[in-house]
Amino acid sequence: MMEDMSRYPLELTGPDVPMVRFMNVTKAYGKLVVLDSLDLDVAAGEMVTVIGPSGSGKTTVLRMLMTLETINGGVIYVDGKPLTHMPKNGALVPADAKYLRNARTSIGMCFQHFNLFPHMTALQNCMEGPVQVLGMPKTEARERSENLLELVGMIDKKDQHPSRLSGGQQQRVAIARALAMRPKVMLFDEVTSALDPEVIGEVTNVIRKLVAEHNLTMLMVTHQMGFAKDISDRVCFFFGGRIEEQGPPETLFGDPQRERTQQFLSAVKEAG
Amino acid sequence: MLDWKWDFTFEILPRMLWATLNTLMAAGIGYAIAIVLGLVLALAQRTPWRLLTLVIRELVEFVRSTPLVLQIFFVYYVGPQYGLNLSPWVAGMIAIGLHYAAYLSEVYRGGLESVPKGQWEACTALNMTPSQTYFRIIIPQALPPSVAGMGNYLVGIFKDTPMLSVIGVAELMHAANAIGGQHYRYLEPYTMVGVIFLLISLPSAGLIRGFEGWVRRKLGMR
Amino acid sequence: MSYTEFLTEYGGRFLDGTLVTALQFVLAAVVAIALALIAGLMKLSSNPLIKGIAVTYIEIFRGTSLLVQLFWLFYVLPLFGITFDKFTTGFVAVGLNLGAYGAELVRGAIQSVPKGQWEASYALSMSPATQMRRIILPQAFVAMLPPWGNLIIELLKATALVSLIAVSDLMFEARQINGSTYLSAQAFGTALIIYYIFARFIVTPFMRWLERVMARRLGRV
Repeated sequence: MMEDMSRYPLELTGPDVPMVRFMNVTKAYGKLVVLDSLDLDVAAGEMVTVIGPSGSGKTTVLRMLMTLETINGGVIYVDGKPLTHMPKNGALVPADAKYLRNARTSIGMCFQHFNLFPHMTALQNCMEGPVQVLGMPKTEARERSENLLELVGMIDKKDQHPSRLSGGQQQRVAIARALAMRPKVMLFDEVTSALDPEVIGEVTNVIRKLVAEHNLTMLMVTHQMGFAKDISDRVCFFFGGRIEEQGPPETLFGDPQRERTQQFLSAVKEAG
Repeated sequence: MLDWKWDFTFEILPRMLWATLNTLMAAGIGYAIAIVLGLVLALAQRTPWRLLTLVIRELVEFVRSTPLVLQIFFVYYVGPQYGLNLSPWVAGMIAIGLHYAAYLSEVYRGGLESVPKGQWEACTALNMTPSQTYFRIIIPQALPPSVAGMGNYLVGIFKDTPMLSVIGVAELMHAANAIGGQHYRYLEPYTMVGVIFLLISLPSAGLIRGFEGWVRRKLGMR
Repeated sequence: MSYTEFLTEYGGRFLDGTLVTALQFVLAAVVAIALALIAGLMKLSSNPLIKGIAVTYIEIFRGTSLLVQLFWLFYVLPLFGITFDKFTTGFVAVGLNLGAYGAELVRGAIQSVPKGQWEASYALSMSPATQMRRIILPQAFVAMLPPWGNLIIELLKATALVSLIAVSDLMFEARQINGSTYLSAQAFGTALIIYYIFARFIVTPFMRWLERVMARRLGRV
């Protein structure tokens, strides 16, 4: 079934163009609908946290934005331009590999399991993207990477391979690696879920610092409710592939309106 | 109990050692072809074209399930039938290279599949091209788990080189046959071939294990 | 000469050759399996002499080429006063060679059976022989069947070498036909296809079937 693409603009214009816009985005695996006609805007510089029970489609939101998953309907725009589609003869058609590669330069991602390259040191991991993808001279890439490793507090471990680093240290390197590409949008996909409790703080502190000192647009999926409450501009509660409720953290955590939100938050409170 | 003649042994020793060099050279060239061609066969099975994958898979199966000695004859004799004359060396290297390329492609395939999915995703997140992804990230990680298999097939190709004697490649077996025919003595040349093979292949298992550890250390993976 | 004519003319000889190859294959497999079991068990022995014999056999036959072994048995063994006809020499050489590889599979599979199985059967006061026969070997057998599938294909391919001591197998017939007709593509190509069909559509499915049957008998479906 072909979707009528004429309702989607070739480009977003006007004074309030969001950094990220999901427009009517649908994702399904066969018959299982993971995301159902999602509309979501993230403003430039905004920190949006996505929470929800497992299977609610929250991780899929990030993976679609990173183009790790294709979408079955709708369009995603980044910085006003379509990400999942490209204009062709005045209409939007699914983006080809070349367009995607160009479009996703503005997005960076950190993963639950870090996914550092095991055969490279921390510094080499950070330099890999700038040198190979952006074609940056090595000296410049090294300087940028060292600054970022400094920022995440990993400069003294820069010549270690990932196998020599703890989970928290690996995740901090992974954050530096993503930042080295100078993305406009940063995605954090359950970055503390695979960590031992005592090292979660070192990673969340790095993210707090980023929020405080850098004007990055960020989307984060997390189970750390306290952390989400502290640093988010907005929290979205996902349920069954839809946004059940969203709002500023004080409101969503302090005075949730929907029953499912209340149930979820009280269940999380009991567990944690 | 048996009249082993030492003077005859020493008389033919230089010729046997010279032929050993040819054997090692044949194994080396054949292996070099197999390493490169095997990678091509492995990567060709990872393209989005299903038909290509199926064709390559079946070709690999075909090569793996038919005798090398028959493939050597095939390559050597079919050329001239269509006006293409290949020297024994060229035909032999093509046949043995292709045969082991099929085996090595399976080793590579296993190695590539052992690289976690997250590594591919990290490459996408860093916006790397497919060739950067393969050559800088995936293949270096697929290498250590492949080294043992690659080493075994290096020893394997070495032990299969005597089959090249059937089309007249002047390696060890060919030399032993020739010496045996000239002197009507087979005991010494054939036994020497066996001993030379043992002397080379026995230590190689340990060397391969050592090399595997070295590759892992070199890549900082343990 | 069209390929159909070629097949009409020489099909019978290919068939004869295939039968000899099949016979060599079956006999060599029997030799290889028996030797693999014996040498594999011997290598696990704590008696250094028994173990040493197994290690020597395995290393010599894995460390040199089948072709060398075949020629040695054929040309040198008679000097010791031991003479086999070429047909016997053929399958014995192939069996000896692949048996050495199989011995390592047997040893590995037996060692892969969890220690708890030895202890449990020991606790039931089973004799070592009963432990091995009733408890360990059945489990090891299932574990080693997949690699044996590959080894059996190698064994089939290895039988082609017996043509070099003039056993009139498929490979031998292909060479004869090539020699008299110079139709190399047809002669060797036909033989390749027959080996391929033999391996891919008879031997491999049989081994898969055996794997399934054995897994079922052990209650692992």
